[in-house]
Amino acid sequence: MGWIGDTVDSIKSIQIRQLLTQVVSLGMIVTSALIIWKGLMCVTGSESPVVVVLSGSMEPGFKRGDILFLHMSKDPIRAGEIVVFNIDGREIPIVHRVIKVHERQDTGEVDVLTKGDNNYGDDRLLYAQGQQYLQRHHIMGRAVGFLPYVGWVTIIMTEKPIIKYILIGALGLLVITSKD
Amino acid sequence: MHSFGYRLNGLLTFAVTILALMCAITSLSDNFNTPSPSAEIKIMNINWFQKQPQGHDEVSLTMNVSADLQSLFTWNTKQVFIFVAAEYETRKNSLNQVSLWDAIIPAKEHAKFWIHTSNKYRFVDQGNNLRGKKFNLTLHWHVMPKTGKMSADKIVLTGYSLPEEYR
Repeated sequence: MGWIGDTVDSIKSIQIRQLLTQVVSLGMIVTSALIIWKGLMCVTGSESPVVVVLSGSMEPGFKRGDILFLHMSKDPIRAGEIVVFNIDGREIPIVHRVIKVHERQDTGEVDVLTKGDNNYGDDRLLYAQGQQYLQRHHIMGRAVGFLPYVGWVTIIMTEKPIIKYILIGALGLLVITSKD
Repeated sequence: MHSFGYRLNGLLTFAVTILALMCAITSLSDNFNTPSPSAEIKIMNINWFQKQPQGHDEVSLTMNVSADLQSLFTWNTKQVFIFVAAEYETRKNSLNQVSLWDAIIPAKEHAKFWIHTSNKYRFVDQGNNLRGKKFNLTLHWHVMPKTGKMSADKIVLTGYSLPEEYR
């Protein structure tokens, strides 16, 4: 009960300068997180250097909720690599293994077929209408490392957005009411 | 300065940092392992060799794969994914890799094995270049850790070839 009274008092006693300082420090935190994210994008050469595994198609190797670190180098794509790719028209990236590679003599372009370790058939059913293979431009990166369970935070926040709002609301309240 | 909130925040930050450090060290410990795997693949029989209605060549074969991959396992290994791929060159393609069979080895005890199997995945060419084709069979393995960096390598076995005529 006293805590609520303190909160109301501290909101009433906010001065403009103090408020501005807090807004700027919040802005600094957000922008430094953005800088780190964009820096990671440059270093790994991939549009999204970290992805969360959303389905069980690569079990038991990768379970739902694991996160994968991606890297995209100019090295050619070879069978056995675990790649993350986007299908035209679908927004969710898919993490599967390359099982077939056909590389052209003249241009060096590749046709790639993928399959999830835990799936019975290859990914042709997932590709767009009439698409038999993936090309390099579909692929966002190769998986080079992974951490188990850490991705559950992202999954929970995406599937139950109410938790995201509660978290942001609580953080905002904390920032406003903190004495320093 | 000593409120419950501050203490909880400090504790959580410390815990997450230590956890991240432990994951990194665990992954680094994998570098001390020097693997020495061995494998042998014998093609027992070419079951059939046809040209499909769409114009692509297809082969069905039976092979005998024996391997000892126990040295790849460390305490940080969750599983090893292995697959056998046929690699060959054609006039249009500088490299073709077709995965014929794969398996997951969940533990060190299962890593020394012998299996007699037909190809799990269809050996289909992009075209009809397979008659009399010489190809390599490679056994690839992909070590998937409990946490950290993944690694992969392969053994190339040469000297295989397909028959000159369809059968």
